[in-house]
Amino acid sequence: MSTGEKLVQLVIAIALFVGVVAVVLLIADRVKSKRGEVVQTTAFVLPAVLMIGIGLLYPALRTIYESFRDANSTKFVGLDNYHTIFTNGDELTVLRNTALWVIVTPVLATLIGLVYAVLVDRTRFEKFAKALIFLPMAISLVGASLIWKFVYDYRATENDQIGLANQLLKWLGMDTYRFLLTEPWNTMFLIVIMIWVQAGFAMTVLSASIKAIPDDIIEAAKLDGVSGFRMFRYITVPSIRPSLIVVLTTISITTLKVFDIVRTATGGNFNTSVLAYEFYVQSFRSFNTGLGAALAVLLFVLVMPIVIYNIRQMRKLEAR
Amino acid sequence: MTTTTPQVPAPAAVVGRQRPAEVAHDKLSNPWASLAAIVIAVLWTIPTVGLLISSFRPQADVQASGWWTWFTNPTVTLDNYHAVLTGSDTNLATYFVNSIVITLPAVIIPISLATMAAYAFAWMKFPGRDLLFVAVFAMQIVPIQVTMIPLLKLYVNPPFGLPQLAGASAPGGGFYTIWLSHSIFALPLAIYLLHNFMKEVPAELIEAARVDGAGHVRIFLRIMLPLMTPAIAAFAIFQFLWVWNDLLVALVFGGGSLDVSPLTVRLAELSGTRDQDWHLLAAGAFVSLIVPLIVFLAGQRYFVRGLLAGSVKG
Repeated sequence: MSTGEKLVQLVIAIALFVGVVAVVLLIADRVKSKRGEVVQTTAFVLPAVLMIGIGLLYPALRTIYESFRDANSTKFVGLDNYHTIFTNGDELTVLRNTALWVIVTPVLATLIGLVYAVLVDRTRFEKFAKALIFLPMAISLVGASLIWKFVYDYRATENDQIGLANQLLKWLGMDTYRFLLTEPWNTMFLIVIMIWVQAGFAMTVLSASIKAIPDDIIEAAKLDGVSGFRMFRYITVPSIRPSLIVVLTTISITTLKVFDIVRTATGGNFNTSVLAYEFYVQSFRSFNTGLGAALAVLLFVLVMPIVIYNIRQMRKLEAR
Repeated sequence: MTTTTPQVPAPAAVVGRQRPAEVAHDKLSNPWASLAAIVIAVLWTIPTVGLLISSFRPQADVQASGWWTWFTNPTVTLDNYHAVLTGSDTNLATYFVNSIVITLPAVIIPISLATMAAYAFAWMKFPGRDLLFVAVFAMQIVPIQVTMIPLLKLYVNPPFGLPQLAGASAPGGGFYTIWLSHSIFALPLAIYLLHNFMKEVPAELIEAARVDGAGHVRIFLRIMLPLMTPAIAAFAIFQFLWVWNDLLVALVFGGGSLDVSPLTVRLAELSGTRDQDWHLLAAGAFVSLIVPLIVFLAGQRYFVRGLLAGSVKG
């Protein structure tokens, strides 16, 4: 398709959509009497509910069903796919990596975000300082991965370096290092990318909550001679606990679904694959529908309790 | 936005704070604190700066020396951008158009449908309303991965003789599957958030309009939409960035046809096949980053609020 044709498609799609919605609303508006209410309700609710039903509910149930069937979904295999996930060596590596991601990323991103939020709070450059940390949040994970792949770029020690990380090693008199290839630390260097992206999120949320700590608490603590690190430990952290929990759980959820970074930076090679990436490979590369479905269901099962906990915490915050 | 309470500092808390000078003194009296802040800020900025500088350096320089040598030998060129945008082997201009074509409907469609549904859940009375709303709310916890294979099958082999949506012969050249998928995945969250907003509109306002003989459609268009503008803007920006930055949905539902792939898919591919051509990758990365950065900076206020609320999505 040419650019012109694509833009025409764009216009057609939007015009079609707006047109249909307008006609539906117009008709719903015209129908008066008792039946009018029914028509109006249907017009407002049905499109969204239908899309959710067909596009989310049915596929989710179908995937659960497929997870108990074989690679081509021809016969029932019971728990075989799940058995594979928990016994096959490659899949165990995937699980180990996923666990590492989900534990390290939220903790470090939140810690860095928190420390930074406290440090720049009410300083002269606060706004600018915050924007610097927050910007990575706006860009794609593909872009973030490219930025860091460039930092990690490897060349033999005797050559001129173009990657900053290896140049630093060289300046320190060390040999250059294959950051993305050398196991087991390569997973940690991928996690760094996610921390780099998520710290800004943690910082923004926590900063808002630090500002909301009542003044009298801080004043009272000051009168008692509390300051510096003890103020942070005994006043700031306890006061923002609910927000801390929301940030931690939110980053865990995002991290569990991480896919773009692994795919862009290493392609899942060198034992860096994670659950969401393995799902993609099994489903759309190896065409093992059963195993792919089982991996998706596992992801679902892991995400579910965190999301529920997260939503409950957010509701608590709301109620305050 | 009720779910974002922690994001919005109470204005009262800011009033009556210590004087800025006194605070600045507090912070600066501890050089270690300042140093730590500067170290973090530098660590967070340097990687991007490095790639940005590289995108403006001549190809030979990028491949021969580190970007930090640019400061002693500053040569600036736009060749990389020219090459990556129009070069026949990279041709990012095409993918840039694809990203735009994908993103606009994928923002407009779910937001319109969600606003309507949210209105119904908030202000219309019908049997099973609360149950249905809880069901929609609960769909937020479904990771999109769980839906992908069956959804793709529906697009390729639709039931009841409906037209096929995937593939090169599909209407719209295959864009419809991406638009639809993004719209579907956005709905539960959008409905939930907008519903929370609409609930906060005073009931008297709606009832007064009803007494005056206004139907739901009129109330929705005349009263609700204007009141909902900030909420809709917040979600629109969130959804825009989500779709523009998305890789997975485009990969799976773009059906491997590069004709409809967005920038992210193309960049990810280049990162694999041209992984030493850093002059191109650097320029390419910034071609893809510029739009979200502009949208983000323009709508920062809204974006930050939508962010926490939207964090469980995906």
